[in-house]
Amino acid sequence: MIEIKNLSASTEGKPILKGINLTVKPGEIHAIMGPNGAGKSTLAKVLAGHPSYEVTGGEVWFKGQNLLEMEPDERAHAGLFMSFQYPIEIPGVGNVAFLRAALNANRKARNQPEISLQDFEKILAAKMSAMDIKPEFKERNLNEGFSGGEKKRNEILQMTLLEPDLAILDETDSGLDIDAMRVVASGVNHFHNDKVGLILITHYQRLLDYIKPHIVHVMLDGKIVQSGGPELAQELEERGYDWLANPSAEEPST
Amino acid sequence: MATDTLFRGGSEYKYGFVTEVETDTLPKGLNEDIIRALSQKKGEPAWMLDFRLKAYRKWLEMSEPRWSNVSYPPINYQDLCYYSAPKKKPALNNLSEVDPEVLKTFARLGIPLDEQKRLTNVAVDMVFDSVSIGTTFKKKLDDAGVVLCSISEALHRYPEIVQKYLATVVPIGDNFYATLNSAVFTDGSFVYVPKGVHCPMELSTYFRINDKETGQFERTLIVAEEGSYVSYLEGCTAPAYDNNQLHAAVVELIALDNAQIKYATVQNWYSGNPQTGEGGVYNFVTKRGRCAGVNSKISWTQVEVGAAITWKYPSCILQGDNSVGEFYSVAMTNGRMQADTGTKMIHLGKNTRSTVISKGIAADFSHNSYRGLIKVVPKASGARNYTQCDSMLVGANCSANTFPYIEVGNATSQVEHEASTSKLNEEQLFYFQSRGISTEDSINMIVNGFCKDVIKELPLEFATEAQKLLTLKLENSVG
Repeated sequence: MIEIKNLSASTEGKPILKGINLTVKPGEIHAIMGPNGAGKSTLAKVLAGHPSYEVTGGEVWFKGQNLLEMEPDERAHAGLFMSFQYPIEIPGVGNVAFLRAALNANRKARNQPEISLQDFEKILAAKMSAMDIKPEFKERNLNEGFSGGEKKRNEILQMTLLEPDLAILDETDSGLDIDAMRVVASGVNHFHNDKVGLILITHYQRLLDYIKPHIVHVMLDGKIVQSGGPELAQELEERGYDWLANPSAEEPST
Repeated sequence: MATDTLFRGGSEYKYGFVTEVETDTLPKGLNEDIIRALSQKKGEPAWMLDFRLKAYRKWLEMSEPRWSNVSYPPINYQDLCYYSAPKKKPALNNLSEVDPEVLKTFARLGIPLDEQKRLTNVAVDMVFDSVSIGTTFKKKLDDAGVVLCSISEALHRYPEIVQKYLATVVPIGDNFYATLNSAVFTDGSFVYVPKGVHCPMELSTYFRINDKETGQFERTLIVAEEGSYVSYLEGCTAPAYDNNQLHAAVVELIALDNAQIKYATVQNWYSGNPQTGEGGVYNFVTKRGRCAGVNSKISWTQVEVGAAITWKYPSCILQGDNSVGEFYSVAMTNGRMQADTGTKMIHLGKNTRSTVISKGIAADFSHNSYRGLIKVVPKASGARNYTQCDSMLVGANCSANTFPYIEVGNATSQVEHEASTSKLNEEQLFYFQSRGISTEDSINMIVNGFCKDVIKELPLEFATEAQKLLTLKLENSVG
């Protein structure tokens, strides 16, 4: 589905990603963990095409296409989705208008007919109730005055509406209380199937109690330094990241 | 739709062309002889000449206002031409005699004169430099008893009405530019809606400056008799010259008992070279409406996206009890543009209400100021005002200011003021794009979301086009 080869990227001349290698196949859930500043969010933004980051090396293939040559909207059309860590507020633009514009833009790019407002309302109502989002949401402007939890739910709602093939969830658990996290996790689990790839970016193991990853990666200083099964997350929770940063210090002396 | 092109401003100004046309022009400079010659050319009644001379003498004693938040080099008023008209003038009601070059100009601007292509249900009056070129839909308006004609024509055909109302809202000596206009105005629109008549169609005037050194001084007068209704829209463009053109218009609206006037402007004058700031129109305009009667209502809606400098405060004098004034404005500046615009709501009558919604968008190196006055006199009991001023900044080199003045002399009145400033930035755009929405649609949605409360006040025919215009104007300024 996605193949990231030796990807390097910098912002304002400062290197952040220093050779990332990662392959995600359909149906797989990958978790990327690591301390603050390791470059996890940068990886998500670079994959989504954020203009503030410059790719300085490597390549990314998404469903056979050269992802790095595509505009952010084209990446979305191709089936890539990123859930933002800090979704931005847009005054004056209604949630419904935005969601419908996004859905129709993707449909148009895939040569599907536009969806009528009536049909859209039906689909939206079903998805909203699955995410436990109140009807007032429809009257509100995009993320305007939303609590942290409401913003994150809106991100996952967008994901379930747009039905991407690969979703990158950047710190989707941050700012959520335990009930909200359950709702969000259930939304993600409900959405996930054997055709969809997921990359979960998270600080803590907490989210992984609800969404079970197949593979866990540890990112430090712009590189993936360790990969393993779900048990790696548990180990990180217990030992922190230092032993990975300085592996020699932890090795028993001979 | 024919006015499409008016709005298709884009990041490159599409109306910057010049029409080669033989003109009848008075020599440069301003003095009493020029004014007499101008008045004579127009065959005006004696009282009109007296009016002009009186204004001119007042003007000589006045000095140019310097309080606005804009800067420009001194204007040499003796180096301007005050009258320029295409030589071949049309006979009234017969557009076939208009100089073909002038007709072509309006066709290029998307204002077709031929019957089949006319804007459905919008009557258009066209003003080219100093004169009105023609008016469409005369017959339909005649049947309804509505008058839409040039002010020059009105001086001949309806002198009593013109004399009765002219300068009753903007007095002869009101301010420097309005006084200059009173002395030298050449043309503009006159609208008269008789008692009880609901005007059957949108009225519209299209203003075009063509000549390089002619100032445009148009004068518009709209009178709505008791219980009548009229909606009027004006559009403006000018060629791209490297010197500045002066546009000093005066617009007066009078609404009698239970009458309603909606006045909308889409102003897209040439705004000068975006890099150097060279050239462009100085748009120094006085617009004021008098809600003279009880329950009368005047609404100003403006979408200002052009002109090098804009100095303009469409205002309402709320004289009649229960009268209502509204001001909805989008002012967008980019390149090196400067705008100082807003409104004045003067509450004189009891239970008068006013609403002010102002949206300023500043991009590139431009300066955008809102300036507004809400005044409630002691006898205006129960007066209410709500003002909302929002500014959006695009990029880091522009500025937005708000100068609200509030004078309340009555304890039973309510005045509310809200203001905000936000930034249209890369993050907002990226958010939209990452959901599959194109750059153009993203800017469109964000900017129009910001301006929504104003755009919805425009006549339907123009709202979509105004949205496109805003998007096009900003496209090169974002990201």
